[in-house]
Amino acid sequence: MAGGPSLQSAGKYRGEDSLLPYTKIRNESEPPWKNQPYWAYIVGLVILAMGIKVFVDVDYELARKNIFPGIWLTIRATIIAFGLALLISLIVGLGQISKNVVAKNLSRAYIEIVRGIPVLPLIFVLALVIIPDISEAAGAPNSVPTDLRAILALAMIYGAYMAEIIRGGVQSIPRGQMEAGRALGLSSRATMRSVIFPQAARAIIPPMANDFIAILKDTSLLSILGVLEITRRARQYSASSFKFPEAFFTMTFVYLTLVIGLSILLSMFERRFNRDRVGER
Amino acid sequence: MSPMIELRNVRKTFNKTIHAVAGVDLEVAEGEVVVIVGPSGSGKSTVLRCINLLEVPTSGDVIVDGRSLMDASTDLDEARAEMGMVFQGFNLFPHLTVLDNITLAQKKVRGRDTAEAERVAHEQLARVGIPEKADSYPRQLSGGQQQRVAIARSLAMNPKIMLFDEPTSALDPEMIKEVLDVIVELAATGMTMVVVTHEMGFARAAADRVVFIDEGLIVETGPPEDVFTNPQSDRTKAFFDKILAY
Repeated sequence: MAGGPSLQSAGKYRGEDSLLPYTKIRNESEPPWKNQPYWAYIVGLVILAMGIKVFVDVDYELARKNIFPGIWLTIRATIIAFGLALLISLIVGLGQISKNVVAKNLSRAYIEIVRGIPVLPLIFVLALVIIPDISEAAGAPNSVPTDLRAILALAMIYGAYMAEIIRGGVQSIPRGQMEAGRALGLSSRATMRSVIFPQAARAIIPPMANDFIAILKDTSLLSILGVLEITRRARQYSASSFKFPEAFFTMTFVYLTLVIGLSILLSMFERRFNRDRVGER
Repeated sequence: MSPMIELRNVRKTFNKTIHAVAGVDLEVAEGEVVVIVGPSGSGKSTVLRCINLLEVPTSGDVIVDGRSLMDASTDLDEARAEMGMVFQGFNLFPHLTVLDNITLAQKKVRGRDTAEAERVAHEQLARVGIPEKADSYPRQLSGGQQQRVAIARSLAMNPKIMLFDEPTSALDPEMIKEVLDVIVELAATGMTMVVVTHEMGFARAAADRVVFIDEGLIVETGPPEDVFTNPQSDRTKAFFDKILAY
């Protein structure tokens, strides 16, 4: 065979190559039914089934009446805690990347301490010891109601978690961006505002949305402090009526609905946020 | 006449042990085009970055347009606005359109209104040959186009000095020319320029003076032809033997 080696290698190459059309065809002919979001249908069906039970079954009527009033408090606690946590995370997160030695080290210490203690014990300490002590030291003992103390505790905890998200987001922006801004004569603050933050926001928003949902779920921990949110009301109702299945089933239905609803809202927000960003990744 | 840029015994040490710049004296006259060459890791980029204090020298003085930038009372932002800088990696702002990339600092630093800033931006985009890309995002442009936008962004500030840090090193070969054309044209307008590059053809065409740096020190300096064809030091000779071989 003339030119043996090169022909051989060409043939071998062609042989390997010939696998490609197969994989391609298989990918292209992937039947549409395979790509359906069945998980969403399942979740939807579960919520629907639970909803029918909770709303139609007469045994659930009392459970509904006792537990549903807590929904508003759960939502309110979530929003307030997330808002405050966002504020704390901005201060602590930026403190961490600041060049100021005091700000940097205080921020770091705050985050490490909060992350080093489980959420529930920390809620106890913050809501029942530290915040009352602070209000007493400020000359106004017992001035902060329990509900607010509990929400503040949750906000302080998530503030530390979310500060890490802010720090990570800002640090994910390549150094060249700050340098380009500074080289143009922009101050460090102006570069942060116009160049770094808008880009960091994209890295920050998805994990922030996660923590928003986590806060919603963790408001259930406030039940331990007697805050009359959903979990507390379900426990009270079940304890007094012994209708455990009704109470806890209603409770889980409410949480699942709230969490799924919030996820949908947040993913709509994320999509809106990304829509303005044509042409870049 | 006092020089436009003056580095006086500038040293830059990283981590207390790595002497990136080991005592450099350099004067650049107004309108002069200086090309800095040297092996990688020789400290040439660090020298350039010391000029606008992106790298703060460990010791020594940097005097630009008569003002010491090492003097804490000098407004660094104001001084930097007079020095455009073009980076190897372009460093365009990816979240902004080309137009917004070019108007941002004009508005925030120069205090121009939007109409004026946009007029200047379009003018500079035309100058670098891509007037039609104003509404594109950096990602939609080729490397060469991005680098030309970066040049336009710097020029829109009407700087007195332009600094180029390996402006073509990250480009595909066919895009190098379009960027160098812009820089050569700019050199011909009498702009004071310092260019770190490996493009010896460009140095020949545009440089008034070539500075060869090795191990953080200026080894040799002179007109491009002299330095390239008749290097005085062995180190310079060894370097050019290698890179001018092909």
